[in-house]
Amino acid sequence: MRRYSIFAVARETMRGHKGWPKQWTSPEPKKQYDVIIIGAGGHGLGTAFYLAKEHGITNIAVVEKGWLGGGNTGRNTTIIRSNYLYDESAGLYNHAMKMWDGLSQDLNYNVMYSARGVMMLAHNVHDVQGAKRHIHANRLNGVQNEWLTPEQAKEYCPPLNISQTARYPVMGAALQRCGGNARHDAVAWGYARAATDRGVDIIQNCAVTGIKRSANGAVEGVETTRGFIGAKKVGVVAAGHSSVLMEMAGVNMPLESYPLQALVSEPVKPIFPCVVMSNTVHAYISQSDKGELVIGAGTDQYTSYSQAGGLHILTHTLDAICEMFPIFSRMKMLRSWGGTVDVTPDRSPILAKTPVPGLYVNCGWGTGGFKATPGSAHVFAHTIANDAPHAINAPFNLDRFRTGRLIDEAAAAAVAH
Amino acid sequence: MLLIHCPYCDEERPELEFRHAGEAHIERPTDIKSISDEEFMKFFFLRDNPKGVAYERWRHMHGCGRFFNAVRDTVSDKFVMTYEAGKPRPDGDELRAKSKETNQ
Repeated sequence: MRRYSIFAVARETMRGHKGWPKQWTSPEPKKQYDVIIIGAGGHGLGTAFYLAKEHGITNIAVVEKGWLGGGNTGRNTTIIRSNYLYDESAGLYNHAMKMWDGLSQDLNYNVMYSARGVMMLAHNVHDVQGAKRHIHANRLNGVQNEWLTPEQAKEYCPPLNISQTARYPVMGAALQRCGGNARHDAVAWGYARAATDRGVDIIQNCAVTGIKRSANGAVEGVETTRGFIGAKKVGVVAAGHSSVLMEMAGVNMPLESYPLQALVSEPVKPIFPCVVMSNTVHAYISQSDKGELVIGAGTDQYTSYSQAGGLHILTHTLDAICEMFPIFSRMKMLRSWGGTVDVTPDRSPILAKTPVPGLYVNCGWGTGGFKATPGSAHVFAHTIANDAPHAINAPFNLDRFRTGRLIDEAAAAAVAH
Repeated sequence: MLLIHCPYCDEERPELEFRHAGEAHIERPTDIKSISDEEFMKFFFLRDNPKGVAYERWRHMHGCGRFFNAVRDTVSDKFVMTYEAGKPRPDGDELRAKSKETNQ
């Protein structure tokens, strides 16, 4: 791999930018690999990268039905934070948070991680108590989070209206300064390039149609639209379609797939310096480096694979944004889109071995998987390489739905799911 | 927004009047305290989550208030049919054919 650097840019400037090599290749699938990862999103490509980098397994195929980074990796609102309530979640999300810092250097690819801060507003006594409980729990777990008065919140985010006569007055806010955002596409591209460099085959436009198991039940490989590809280990990292793929191996999952939408405004000059979330009003907004306001909506109420949601969900979200930030009420919305998110009963992900030998699954990220990408990929690679979970993802197993040892972020997550 | 036919009101009404209430035809075990953890997991947590024809419960919250069942295609979101709660689950193959027809 030719390293990206200031010297490379200077050299290519002299040559009219004709010498940049392709960032990844499009190989024909081989007959047999050591590991097949299904799904070339951030989590899947990252898993292949860490398998190669940290576990010395390089004979890997990442199989993708569309194009890499074209699923939920390219559809999310790019927010990064780790202020989850429970110890298990703090371990997992903060593992990712620590990896975001330095990821660009690790990949030699600018993922544009920007620690601009994630601020969660409190509008009533209940919110204040909940936020402070969160902050205390986070700090006990070594997760950055702090309490701001309305005046401090206003100083951090000037567009905020802290008038106490507002319909939903701001009574304070929880701020995670290391939270922020990153360029979602660059995360997929960076992992793809770095994984290709280590010998990983990324096979796009190749849908998996079946998972083949031997007589003793173990995984033998996958049937695809480009023929059978063999491997003794298969990792399913397919977001909204995880349960469809697991069904091919005969595993019924505790998952339901819902539409989740987001939208962006026309680009404007820098006005919004951080990420703001309000659970009570259900508003959720940041500004991209291009200048668009990026707004996340909630899920639709019914399960669907349509990758589209109801218009009334978007209008409800925009009502909330205009309530919080009347200055945006005349903004034009440029684009809206939907993705399919796989939601678990306790709203925590599943990163685990499965009842099928050689089959591993990384799913159930629901409405918020982007933030965890590096940490998730890192511990999932460990799980596949060692056929045993890393201490961080051990609690995120499938068995918790039998034992009842749930990680119940459903009621405790810092933002509504 | 979806238009949903309530089999009790016998009217097609907008989605906002309804609440989705999860997978249909899940039977609560009659003696729930005697079942194993495994069986409880299947009953309580595992779901079909099909890509295609799904059987689900809906409630006409802002209408008659009653629960009913629906067959819906989860790719096109089109309702194939709705029917009263307690009625047997309609045959899958026939419905898949019907759903395919309406999708075209």
